[in-house]
Amino acid sequence: MIVGEIHAPKSIPAVGIETVEMTMRFGSFTALDHVSIKVPAGTFHALLGENGAGKSTLVKCIMGFYHPTSGQLQVDGREVTIASPRDAAAHGLGMVYQHFTLVPSLTGAENLVISRAHVPAIINWSKEKKRLSAFMETMPFDIPLDRPVSELAAGEKQKLEIIKQLYLGRRFLVLDEPTSVLTPAEADDMLGLVRGMTERGELTVLMISHKFHEVTKFADAVSVLRRGTLSGTGKVSELSAADMAAMMIGDVKLAELDTRLPVSPDALPVLAVKKVKAPDRTGLKPIVIDDLVVRSGEIVGIAGISGNGQKELSEVLAGQRTAEGAVIVKGKPYGATRLETRANNVRFIPEEPLNNACAQKMTVTENLAFRTFDLAKDGSDAIWLDARGMKKRATALITDFKVKTASPASPIAALSGGNVQRAVLARELSGEVDLLIVSNPCFGLDFSAVAEIRARIMKARNAGAAVLLMSEDLDELMEMSDRIIVMSDGKLVYETPTREADVAVIGAHMAGHH
Amino acid sequence: MTLEANSHTLPTLDGRAGSLRPFLEWLARRAEPLAITLFAIFVGLALFSLFIALIGRSPIQLFELIFAGGFGTWFSVQNSLSRAAPLLLTALCVALPARLGLVVIGAEGAVVLGGVAGAAIALPLVGDAPAPLVWLIMALAGMLVGAVWLGFAGFLRHYRGVNETIASLLLAYIAIAFMNHLIEGPLRDPASLNKPSTAPLPPDYMLGSIPGMDVHWGLVVGVVACILSWVLIEATSFGFAARIAGGNVRAAQIQGLPVGRLIVGFTALAGAFGGLAGMIEVAAVQGSANASLAAGYGYTGILVAFLARHNPLAIIPVAVLLGGIDASGGLIQRRMGLPDATVLVLQGTLFVVILFCETFYGRFKMFNPDLWKRSA
Repeated sequence: MIVGEIHAPKSIPAVGIETVEMTMRFGSFTALDHVSIKVPAGTFHALLGENGAGKSTLVKCIMGFYHPTSGQLQVDGREVTIASPRDAAAHGLGMVYQHFTLVPSLTGAENLVISRAHVPAIINWSKEKKRLSAFMETMPFDIPLDRPVSELAAGEKQKLEIIKQLYLGRRFLVLDEPTSVLTPAEADDMLGLVRGMTERGELTVLMISHKFHEVTKFADAVSVLRRGTLSGTGKVSELSAADMAAMMIGDVKLAELDTRLPVSPDALPVLAVKKVKAPDRTGLKPIVIDDLVVRSGEIVGIAGISGNGQKELSEVLAGQRTAEGAVIVKGKPYGATRLETRANNVRFIPEEPLNNACAQKMTVTENLAFRTFDLAKDGSDAIWLDARGMKKRATALITDFKVKTASPASPIAALSGGNVQRAVLARELSGEVDLLIVSNPCFGLDFSAVAEIRARIMKARNAGAAVLLMSEDLDELMEMSDRIIVMSDGKLVYETPTREADVAVIGAHMAGHH
Repeated sequence: MTLEANSHTLPTLDGRAGSLRPFLEWLARRAEPLAITLFAIFVGLALFSLFIALIGRSPIQLFELIFAGGFGTWFSVQNSLSRAAPLLLTALCVALPARLGLVVIGAEGAVVLGGVAGAAIALPLVGDAPAPLVWLIMALAGMLVGAVWLGFAGFLRHYRGVNETIASLLLAYIAIAFMNHLIEGPLRDPASLNKPSTAPLPPDYMLGSIPGMDVHWGLVVGVVACILSWVLIEATSFGFAARIAGGNVRAAQIQGLPVGRLIVGFTALAGAFGGLAGMIEVAAVQGSANASLAAGYGYTGILVAFLARHNPLAIIPVAVLLGGIDASGGLIQRRMGLPDATVLVLQGTLFVVILFCETFYGRFKMFNPDLWKRSA
């Protein structure tokens, strides 16, 4: 029986690290260029940067997944060689991933015990449970360890991931966007507790984040990466969000949102969802939408934690899921056939566009033609493909929407995430749009792509489109929507005009308190 | 990650029209399937040589015999082309659904039922109607039955969620059993003693040979079918819709494309080509429907379609190549004392290697212009 692995946190002090001139090259491409970051023991350090700036490369070098081309890593002031993740663990370095790594069907206690490097062949559970409860007394987190992980809320799972690392004796933790699946209240709670541990010198944290307000509220210091180099570092108390943004994106000019035109009081309802009932993905619970109306020229935001029926709702609207009840577009029942979609100018921009709106192996030109390939110039049905017309149109759309692609003949899967989304927007937002249904349009994209995509959606709204925006990013909804509706457990539970919206109230409804 | 960061440095489309680059990119994208397929054939032949050497025979002699038996003389070329004719159609039977992302391997079922339907409908007409009209009616009957048979597999797939690969394969066994029932029972010609068959077509109702060759008209029908299928897939909006649904069914649904109708339509068309192959086998080769219809053309068609990467035009040369290998089987048996099944081992080896080589696509910088260095 290995006893040495289970310690009260106070018996191991926090671990500090420093990277010295760390450089990582992949072939001719330099992912990290002489990056030196110091994270002293017992501090909460934030790591900011756009996608592809080198954050994950840096973290993977620290954790032993990559071997840096040059430069070194110091742990508690001593130079160490981390050849593998196992070495990192031996030095007390641990990582909490964006997505959960717990076994859902096992309890918290079982997850903790089996995560140890050496588990005895026969586990004496009564002994382990006593040890675990002694261990949990030293932890600021209060998590029931006797329930299957699948029954825990997202915030509790994330805390359990952190507890697991502490249980394994790790005292320097990398948190990779730890709050992306949490409600604002859960995020504050979790980060507050972690912050408390760093203040007591029990833990050191390096948090990768996109959210400035989290960095400002919880971190002591911040380092910013841009295109593989350290573009800035400093105490959080001495930096404004604008300073940090400038370090992240450099002097790129971001697209600005059009001024929001007021919604006219007699704007016509374009989309109406009445008494719709459909089974959810598990087939166990229904999603029930009694009444949802989106008018011309407004953006209705649907807030909610992932997995509360938003995906099913968008599938019902796109005709991918059969449902009872009525979906009505411009006063007529709508079945999402190509004819109806075209006649009513309905456009869908699903989440993860590469997987849901594109055929990966087909070319950019072909993907841009999905909406119009069977339409002749005079508006009638076309039987023959117009290859030259497709090419011309694609070239124009690529220029208009600034899609960066090596060639229009490249497979669309070769494009970066932001450019795939630009290509989908180019296809769906060209021509007249009356109803736009969008899901998580900016997930995982960098600043300039996000700004541009939001500007495009706002422009469509101002041009009179009714927009239904489903997003897990509350900040995005607050910025974009005219009204916000909270979806929880398959139902629409709360509605508020955005200018009167209170994030705390929305968060409470998202978490199921209503 | 690397790609993403690289894209910062990629210029957007610019007017470098004068350079050779667009042509080279086009060439590279076209050359990839050809090079990988040739490589796969080469590796497959090498592995097969190893197998031949292991059983103590000379691989060199074997390949000489395959060449001589398949393409060495005008006689053997004609033999190869005759064997390629049904493969053209049965390969289409696999390739068309494959463009929709479906793996349908039950061409054999459409072939045997198409043959029986053709033979059955011809019998009452023989003697009264002119031969070309009888052929037309036979072809339509064979295609209809084949279309219903494989269209049913497509229907099960889309509307009932039954795996189309399993369904089509099991349907093929049912079809063969059903054919045996018919030719040994209701449709049996009492004169066929050793080999139960339907009553034979009179000689003047047999599809003849292409003028100047000893190859029946099925070859022309197959080539035309391949060309038409290529046009359907590459140049029409139906084909484009099918390619979207094959590339990503969710994207097709979001666009409101009628995915169900496309699946049933394309599997039915595939079945129609299979049925036509069976009808031609009856009208041009056997003269009646009998157990020889289930000679494995449907299964060899799977190999042809995969080697051709489901491109209907590429099916033509691949079918001729496989027809040649098939034609050399007898010669190998006589000269080297190897069993007839040797060529089946070769075909199986090629198939495994070609599937393995699928994983190479997009891996070679030479063929992937997206990985080329930018001068700007």
